[in-house]
Amino acid sequence: MSVRVRVPTPLRKFTQGADEVNAQGNNVKSIFDDLEKSYPGIKERICDETGKVRRFVNVYVNGDDIRFLQNMDTALKEGDNISIVPAIAGGR
Amino acid sequence: MSFVTGLQCRECGQEYPQEPLHVCELCFGPLEIQYDYAAIRKTITRERIAPRERNLWRYRELLPINGEPRVGLYSGCTPLVRAERLGEALGVKELYVKDDSVNHPSFSYKDRVVSVAIAKAIEFGFDTVSCASTGNLANSVAAHAAKAGLNCYVFIPDGLEQGKIIGSAIYGPKTVAVKGNYDDVNRLCSEIGDKYGWAFVNVNLRPYYSEGAKTHGFEVAEQLGWKLPKHIVVASAGGTILPKLAKGFKELVKVGLVDDTGCKIYSAQASGCAPIIHALHKGTDLVSPVKPNTIASSIAIGNPADGYYVIQAVKESGGWGESVTDEEILAGIKLLARTEGIFTEPAGGTEVAVAKKLIKSGRIPRDESIVISITGNGYKTLEAVAKSVDKPYTIDAALQSFDELFRALAPAASVRAATG
Repeated sequence: MSVRVRVPTPLRKFTQGADEVNAQGNNVKSIFDDLEKSYPGIKERICDETGKVRRFVNVYVNGDDIRFLQNMDTALKEGDNISIVPAIAGGR
Repeated sequence: MSFVTGLQCRECGQEYPQEPLHVCELCFGPLEIQYDYAAIRKTITRERIAPRERNLWRYRELLPINGEPRVGLYSGCTPLVRAERLGEALGVKELYVKDDSVNHPSFSYKDRVVSVAIAKAIEFGFDTVSCASTGNLANSVAAHAAKAGLNCYVFIPDGLEQGKIIGSAIYGPKTVAVKGNYDDVNRLCSEIGDKYGWAFVNVNLRPYYSEGAKTHGFEVAEQLGWKLPKHIVVASAGGTILPKLAKGFKELVKVGLVDDTGCKIYSAQASGCAPIIHALHKGTDLVSPVKPNTIASSIAIGNPADGYYVIQAVKESGGWGESVTDEEILAGIKLLARTEGIFTEPAGGTEVAVAKKLIKSGRIPRDESIVISITGNGYKTLEAVAKSVDKPYTIDAALQSFDELFRALAPAASVRAATG
C-alpha cells in the first residue's frame, strides 16, 4: 500500500528537503516504520520511546486526526494522504 | 531597547535565534521568548511606567519587539470595572471585570496578541500576514493589516456568525471560509504557512504573538495598584492566554513590580467543547481532542495547542476549571449585561457562568479579590442571544397606545403615575 506523507519543515532535513514523500504500509504504525527505513532518525522525532505519537505532534489521515480514528492502528488504503503537523499552532 | 535574548524550547531547552519559528525541530515543543530579567529589573519601575502612553506597549520591556512600536498604538489599557452589582448577584465582596470587549480596534483580547505579532511581522520583513481564526483573531489581524498596509489572508471555519465574517471583510482582506471546524482550519493553515512563507500570527509568529496576552494580566495588576488579584477566571480555547497570564504575573514578581501574593487561575470552557476541563477533572495532563458542539464558537477549539500548558498553569497556581452548558452561557451573558452594562459574546458568558459555578461550589472564596476576564464583544454574536431576549413592543404613535402598554407592563406603577 503506497501513501503520500506530508512532511513538516522541522523534519525536512531527514527527507533532503522534500515536503512530500511516498511510504509503504497498511496502517499508520507501519508507515512510520517504513519512513524510518528510508530516512533514518525520523521516527524518533515523531514518536516517543514507547512508540506513541509525541505530545506536540498531530497526525492526520486524509484530514482526520488519528485520535478520532484508531490511532497508530488506523488502516490505510492506496493513495491515502498522511499529514504530520506540529501541534503548537492556533489561537482563536 | 530589547531585553530578548532568544527563543528556547519549553520542553527540551534547545535554543534558537529570534526568527519566525514556533516549534523545536528536535522535539516539536513550543518555543518561548527568553528575556534578560536581571537587566529588566534594573531599569523598570512603577514610576517609569506610570507616565507612559495608555497602550499595551507601556510594558514593552517585557514584550519581544525591537525598536519603537508602530502598530497597536491604541490597543490594550481596557477598563478594569469594579463589578459591584455582579458581585452582589454572585455573593462575593470584591469582584472586577477586565473588559477586553472594548479593546481597540476590533473589540476583543486579540488586539493585544495581534499588535505584537504584526510588529514582529514588519520587523521580519513579511509583506503578507495571515491567521487561522474562529473570528475575533481574523477581525483583529485584518484591522491591523489594513492600518499597517500589509496584504492579509484570513482563514475561518464556514458557518461563523455574520458579525465575525463582516467584521473581517470590511477591512479588505482575502477571507477564506474553510469547510469544517476550527481544528480543520488550523491544520490547513499549518500546512499553508509551511508552503507559502507568510506571517501566520498564530503559527510561525506564535511565540511573539502569545507574549501579547501577558499585557492583559499586567494591566490588571497595575489597575489594582500593582497588586495581583487572588483569583482570575478566563476562558480557554487554544490555550494561549491562561499560561501567559501565569507567566506575566511571575514576571511582574521577578522584575520587582508586585509582591508575590499568589494568584489562582481558573480555566473556563463550554461543556460542548471542554477537552481541557475533561483532562483537568480526570487528573491527567493528556488532553484528548473533541468535536466541538457549542454556541460559544469563539472558544470552540477541540484540539487546543496549549491545553497541556493550561493544565500545568492552573495546577501550579492552585486554581481549577469548570465547564458550563449553552444555557448557562446565555444566562451568564445576560447576567453581566443586566448587572454591569457590559455586552459580551458567548466566550464571556462562559467566563461569568464558570465564575458563578466556582463560587457556588466554594472553589473560589467569597471574601477575596476576583477578576473575571471578558475577552470578546457581544455585538459580534447577536445570533447567539437573539432568541433569548425580549422582542420590542410595537405600538402606534399615539399616547393612548403607550398608556395601554404601560398599564399592561407595570400595573402598580401605572396607578402611582395616575395618582401622583
